[in-house]
Amino acid sequence: MAKKILTVDDSASIRQMVVFTLKSAGYDVVEASDGNLGVQQAKKTQVDLILTDQNMPGMDGLTLIKTLRATPQYKSTPMLMLTTESSDAMKMQGKTAGATGWLVKPFDPQKLLEVVRKVIG
Amino acid sequence: MAIDMSQFIAVFFDEAAEHLATMESILLKLSLDEPDSEDLNAIFRAAHSIKGGAATFGFTDLAGVTHILENLLDRIRKNELGLRADMIDVFLRSGDVLQDILSAHRDGSTADLDAAKEITSLLEKFANESVAEELLAANTIKNSHDGLLITVAAGESFDHQAIVHALESYGELCSSIEGGAENDWVYQVITQASPQKITDTLAFAIEHSRIRITLPQDMLSGDKPSDGEGYGFFSDDKPVVASASQDGEGYGFFTDIAESAPPPADIEADGEGYGFFEPRPKVLTGAAISSALVQTMEVKVEELEPQAAKSKVTSGAVAKSLAPAADTSIRVSVEKVDQLLNLVGELVITQSMLVQTALNLDPVIHENMLSGVGQLERNTRELQESVMSIRMMPISFVFSRFPRLVRDLAGKLNKKIELKLIGESTELDKGFIEKLSDPLTHLVRNSLDHGIELPDERIAKGKSPTGTLTLRAFHQGGNIVIEVADDGAGLNRERILAKARERDIPVSDSMTDSEVWLLIFEAGFSTAAQVTDVSGRGVGMDVVRRNIQSMGGRIEISSMYGIGSTMSIRLPLTLAILDGMSISVGEEIYLIPLAFIIESLQPRPDEVKTMAGKGRVINVRGEYLPLIALHEIFNVPPKVTQFHEGLVIILEAEGEKVAMFVDDLLGQHQVVVKNLETNYRKVPGVAGATIMGDGHVAFILDVAQLVHISQGLTRAVA
Repeated sequence: MAKKILTVDDSASIRQMVVFTLKSAGYDVVEASDGNLGVQQAKKTQVDLILTDQNMPGMDGLTLIKTLRATPQYKSTPMLMLTTESSDAMKMQGKTAGATGWLVKPFDPQKLLEVVRKVIG
Repeated sequence: MAIDMSQFIAVFFDEAAEHLATMESILLKLSLDEPDSEDLNAIFRAAHSIKGGAATFGFTDLAGVTHILENLLDRIRKNELGLRADMIDVFLRSGDVLQDILSAHRDGSTADLDAAKEITSLLEKFANESVAEELLAANTIKNSHDGLLITVAAGESFDHQAIVHALESYGELCSSIEGGAENDWVYQVITQASPQKITDTLAFAIEHSRIRITLPQDMLSGDKPSDGEGYGFFSDDKPVVASASQDGEGYGFFTDIAESAPPPADIEADGEGYGFFEPRPKVLTGAAISSALVQTMEVKVEELEPQAAKSKVTSGAVAKSLAPAADTSIRVSVEKVDQLLNLVGELVITQSMLVQTALNLDPVIHENMLSGVGQLERNTRELQESVMSIRMMPISFVFSRFPRLVRDLAGKLNKKIELKLIGESTELDKGFIEKLSDPLTHLVRNSLDHGIELPDERIAKGKSPTGTLTLRAFHQGGNIVIEVADDGAGLNRERILAKARERDIPVSDSMTDSEVWLLIFEAGFSTAAQVTDVSGRGVGMDVVRRNIQSMGGRIEISSMYGIGSTMSIRLPLTLAILDGMSISVGEEIYLIPLAFIIESLQPRPDEVKTMAGKGRVINVRGEYLPLIALHEIFNVPPKVTQFHEGLVIILEAEGEKVAMFVDDLLGQHQVVVKNLETNYRKVPGVAGATIMGDGHVAFILDVAQLVHISQGLTRAVA
């Protein structure tokens, strides 16, 4: 059974690219266009990995991670922040929120897959 | 795995355009004193998203400008930087520049790089001002980077020009040396920007690991590097890489990149652009990765393995993948929708033919048949409405450009103008949306330029110094009306008449105001020398009217000297199908668009009178309405000539009520409008033609025009 990944990003083009990249590598992908929808999706179906953007309308990525981390369902699921902000401060915030790691944008598809493989195989 | 990115680029273009539009509209309504934090966040997110996408899709120029913009916006939203009026101007212009770059990428044309450069330096100025303030406040002058040497390690080539361009946006590029597979590239920049910032920008084009930024402290103390050679030496107390300068490679750098350097972890980890938290840094040597920002990575290996195993178990129990939450839409060419609309039109004709035939059937014997026809009628109508709605768009698509236009123009003319948009959600056909833009722009410009007075003038007239320009859209009957109204000077009747006489246009002082206003649509008025409020109104108004008429619409003016003017554009609501009432006059059948009909009645002989100065009128419950006979207008022999033997239909068009005498009322139909002009020629009083269920052609009446004609007739009678 293919691993299921949730990708949360408010940019449709980026989301499409992530989805396309992951799907072509054989992963199962669900999408959400902001943090709130992301939480809904994650609660509806258990996913194996969450990739989230930081800056989104409604709920941002850090809050999404914090929210899901607090649920038993996602206590230990890998969650990666996809962000253009690679500052130490942002990394610290990510770490505190419970993110597994971070991946800076712009990312290229190869690298995305590489990271995903490292996390969920 | 090679991935074709081109398929996502189109989406990115649309998205970026949307973000730019959002940014502009928020910027325009942003209050300087108390900017709404959600608005600030939204603008920031817009810039942020454009940058992210631009970088991902390799539009470095776009990413470069947005990057600076985003940084500024970020600091503004975090209250690190005060918002000023001049910033909004520059932000708006940045939006234009981004739009320009975006269309250049989309169309493969060339963007105005000078404009981009100019705007970047303006943005950078804001950033620097604030940096300077911060530095001053913190007394940390040593962090001020006046000169930086940027070295890109020899290797795979990249867009040298783009880098030069990007660096120039940060300050003065003193020199640059192109490298290659064996030589390093070297750039020397005098800038206030931090090395981190420059690294971030360059990383969009070059791998992080290849970039070295050095900070020549000496430059601060005046010991400038030798110009022209593109490299320099730094004081001995700073460790300099041995191979520097003399050997012609043209670079030199410190091993230690001071506080501004990326965190240590970042330096170690080449070729990655991601990282994991916990438990401890572990650098992986992944394969070299293309042009992405390079960062560190720490792996949570121990924990990951069981985690992966665990998720394997859980995922088995999970339901099938859900449908994507994203809104789904497809883009269809307008031709396809038009074709669909045509087909539905034909279906409507066939359907009405069936209905007409079915009327002759015995309702008891053909009960099933009749209920089927009834159902077909309903379905056809719904189908038609759905197809029509595909083409409908809110007028906000046109209106949205005006806040910006008015703002810019008001600034240019030193006028104070408040723009009101009303009825933005009013929908109209997409075909109109595109064609409306030019005439409306023209009317708005005219209003601002010649209608609304300068603040002093307004105060002298006892008006508020701020003029109001209102754009309003609403449905009225079978029309959509778009009004451009201002509370400005209004049209000057005397001046227009004088102008007309000058041009040998026959006029008389007894002409009504509306007849006088129509004069400004004369082609002659447009070329007139500019005489303030009047002639300005005439510039190109003939073109405006032609454009509106080509859409099957009409433009009307109402104006009062000193009070203001309103230009109303009336367009048919739909292009193709209308609800009409069929009436007969003699052997002819005409259709009146249902929307104009108020009621129909059979008059008593004593209700029709001829009044001095008003011609023939009919008394409808105490109200005297002008009565026109359709057979007189079209000159067809009627079956009935006595008013009390026929029917009178009360119509309302453009606020005027009129009674129309016809032989008989036949019934209500939904008809497909065929353009008469393209098939025959323009006929006064006729808006179009249609094919009836029985195959006959019937004229569709242009009620508003008939009202005008009737007014002409009554005057003639009077």
